[in-house]
Amino acid sequence: MPEGSTKDGIGASLRRKEDKRFLTGSGRYTDDITRPGQLHVHFVRSVHAHANIKAIRTDAAEAAEGVVAIYTGEHVAADGIGGPICGWVVTNRDGSPTNEPPHPILANGTVRYVGDHVVAVIAETLEQAMNAAELVEIDYEVLAPVVDLANAASGAQLHENVPNNMYFDFELGDEAAATAALDSAATVVELEVRNNRLIPNAMEPRAALAEYDHIDDAYTLFTTSQNPHLTRLVIGAFMLNIPESKLRVVAPDVGGGFGSKIYVYPEEAVCTWASKKLRRPIRWTADRSESFLADAHGRDHINKIRMGLDKDNRITGLRVDTLANLGAYLGAFSVVTPTILHAPLLSGCYKIPAIYTNVKGMATTTARVDAYRGAGRPEATYLLERVMDTAARQVGMDPAEFRRMNFIPKDAFPYQTPVALQYDIGDYEPPLDKAMEMIDYKGFEARRAEAAGRGKYRGIGLSSYIEACGIAPSAVAGALGARVGLYESATVRVDPTGTVNVFTGAHSHGQGHDTTFAQIVADKLGIGVGSVEIIHGDSDRIPFGMGTYGSRSLAVGGAAIVKAVDKIVDKAKIIAAHLMEAADADVVFADGKFTVAGTDNEKGFGEIALAAYVPHNYPHDRLEPGLEETAFYDPLNFTYPSGTHIAEVEIDPSTGVVDLVDWACCDDFGNLINPMIVEGQVHGGIAQGVGQALLENAHYDETGQLITASYMDYCMPRADDLPNFKVDYTVTACTHNDLGVKGCGEAGAIASPPALINAVIDALAPLGVTDMSMPASPEKVWRAIQSAQAEAAE
Amino acid sequence: MTTVSFSLNGKQVSADVPDNTLLVNFIRETMSMTGTHVGCDTSQCGACVVHVECESVKSCTMLAAAAEGTSVTTIEGIAHDDGLHPMQQAFHENHGLQCGFCTPGMVMAAIELVKENPDPSETEIREGLEGNICRCTGYHNIVKSVQAGARMMGE
Ligand code: FES
Ligand code: FES
Repeated sequence: MPEGSTKDGIGASLRRKEDKRFLTGSGRYTDDITRPGQLHVHFVRSVHAHANIKAIRTDAAEAAEGVVAIYTGEHVAADGIGGPICGWVVTNRDGSPTNEPPHPILANGTVRYVGDHVVAVIAETLEQAMNAAELVEIDYEVLAPVVDLANAASGAQLHENVPNNMYFDFELGDEAAATAALDSAATVVELEVRNNRLIPNAMEPRAALAEYDHIDDAYTLFTTSQNPHLTRLVIGAFMLNIPESKLRVVAPDVGGGFGSKIYVYPEEAVCTWASKKLRRPIRWTADRSESFLADAHGRDHINKIRMGLDKDNRITGLRVDTLANLGAYLGAFSVVTPTILHAPLLSGCYKIPAIYTNVKGMATTTARVDAYRGAGRPEATYLLERVMDTAARQVGMDPAEFRRMNFIPKDAFPYQTPVALQYDIGDYEPPLDKAMEMIDYKGFEARRAEAAGRGKYRGIGLSSYIEACGIAPSAVAGALGARVGLYESATVRVDPTGTVNVFTGAHSHGQGHDTTFAQIVADKLGIGVGSVEIIHGDSDRIPFGMGTYGSRSLAVGGAAIVKAVDKIVDKAKIIAAHLMEAADADVVFADGKFTVAGTDNEKGFGEIALAAYVPHNYPHDRLEPGLEETAFYDPLNFTYPSGTHIAEVEIDPSTGVVDLVDWACCDDFGNLINPMIVEGQVHGGIAQGVGQALLENAHYDETGQLITASYMDYCMPRADDLPNFKVDYTVTACTHNDLGVKGCGEAGAIASPPALINAVIDALAPLGVTDMSMPASPEKVWRAIQSAQAEAAE
Repeated sequence: MTTVSFSLNGKQVSADVPDNTLLVNFIRETMSMTGTHVGCDTSQCGACVVHVECESVKSCTMLAAAAEGTSVTTIEGIAHDDGLHPMQQAFHENHGLQCGFCTPGMVMAAIELVKENPDPSETEIREGLEGNICRCTGYHNIVKSVQAGARMMGE
């Protein structure tokens, strides 16, 4: 019988069910799994950014100890193996489609970035594979690299079918209206920003283990994926051309993703392909250097912004021209990220009558760039919140008050923006007020003066963001170029004893679904969370699901679970009515009990479950036995979390070090299921945003070598780089899902970078500094101070 | 090849391994104890922290042979018979973990930190955990966990 009570249901900061296995070292990550007879693959990767392959000599490597097989692009081509595909494309301004180049899983004739996969060396041990890889000789004809995004169009052409290195040329909004607004504006604010390139760096490196069963002619792939069914679909149908039903994809415990584990990568396809050729399990785990080189990177935009204000400082128009660096190949979401997930967010939380944007997606000889925590929305928020501060400064207004007067008023919802989205609900002033109170905005000037007395520059910076989660609906997405559906699935299986198994298409890699989803089901069914088991990540067990990204799991996956639970309750009510000889309509379900209204007749949830599986006294004329339901939920709209984040910094002019001294944020995520988990998501998101703004930067030199390819050179946020965060919430419940939830996974990473850079500029503004690029490293800040002081001295 | 023997979580273990076998590979592969993780190849992330003779060690930087005759404790070896180690319990209570990948190293480093400094300040914890990267939590709740763990270990 179900144990426990319902006090751990929706709204409780329940401690996580999944913690124990992680805390005791019993987590099961891909690299923890071994198979008898397994072989190891090591990849020989390109050392050049751009080159033709003249010859590959593998004889010495083949003769090396332990080597079982060596594969090159020729083997891949001979077997007709396809490459990873682009999951979403857009239509160009001129009506033509996105240029999609082929992406062979082992380079075929040309390499296009340092780290490109060239040869797979497979041996009995990893060390043997690595040693043999040293013996592979490749003759390259080196071609010109294309590294500088601003000049990528005039660089050496990377792909035959991508002229001017332009994958797409996208636009959104009304150009004439935006031009007219800017032409007649009382004030025009201009800004150019660079959204620095980031490397996701989930702490668990990517890994894969594939095995082939020749009796069933079937494969099993264990892989570090955020969406096992998509991996199965892409590898099965597009790469290996095998029936999907013959490929089982398992994403066991996954050590963080942040977007980087959405995509199918060549390595996992090579493992799967080779497992049949060699009839042995094949395993691969990236070392961190490979992760730096060959994981999908994030961001990397140049945005040119023009904003118009009327004489009362109300925004009248906005134009943004963006160059997005997409790297050497297109990934699953590389096209949608800087377009559909970016351009429609340009209205932010502001009333802007006219908006136009053009986005050009460029090919360069760098790792592919794809969705990374926030995906497109951080880039939109960064440019908008930077130009908001620039505008406020230009017209001499307090940045908080300038934002407030331009907010979409709360009585304007549903609000149709000029860039496609319709916000269902929101109220932007309360989070602004609350965050200002939390950080004592009013007292800031006193703190600035106090810091000045100590020789430090103190600054405060705001960011009021909106984001769009749970991409939807599928039909609209399809019309916009999506090649996948954007629903989520759930099967709820009640056992005869009343315990419940939930099979979800969402995937948890740190988000705590085992707990949050169990809370929802426990709450709805009036049973203890201990009676609810969440199953995810195995394509053989769960219904076809879309996985976890874009802060969609709760708003879409959770909503699917609620729908399935509702079906369970509907069926159970009929069974209860039959058992209690009452009319269906008279049966009420609450707190885990079915009662007949106006009587003391009642049946527990467990009793109904038992009756469904031991159907001796059962309404056979109306129902099938059993208690299991599946639901697919296709959302009606995006959800729109919003809020305000405020950063306070102190800068030491002698070193240029930016000390982040305080952080306050107030977010509106709609209803919260588990506030503790939500808060953790906010903390993690802010930390990644702080990383972007102060520390992290993926840098390729002019020859196309990745200079920041280890933790020595790529600066990750560490414990002593960050303060404690003050986090609070307001709630406007989402109007179109049953839970009233919006999603919280990316908000911190979206909101935080502009708050921080605005704070840095605010600190240095008294010196005359008006701009700062990310990351605001000590060197850059120090130089800005020096040149401002030199200018002042002139 | 070389024969390596030491006490692993209180049990004597011994195996013949290539001379250059790292302690972390000995633990994960030779001993199939996969709680200790590998997050980098430059000794920077701390996912691999174990205790050798009660001191925190990045097991990716130490040869298995160098542990000969010592006593090695991993994340699998710290829970008491009657439940979690106070530091594990504190991480659970304070939501000090998300994906769990950094967690074993983080907990092992935290235990050692508290042994050295039974009542660490927030700053001391932040500086003390500087060698352990977590990409998920933003460290806020890890710091809280270590503070709580220190209190519980003192009880
Ligand atoms: S694995 Fe990163 S420090 Fe040891
Ligand atoms: S919990 Fe995921 S890296 Fe720390």
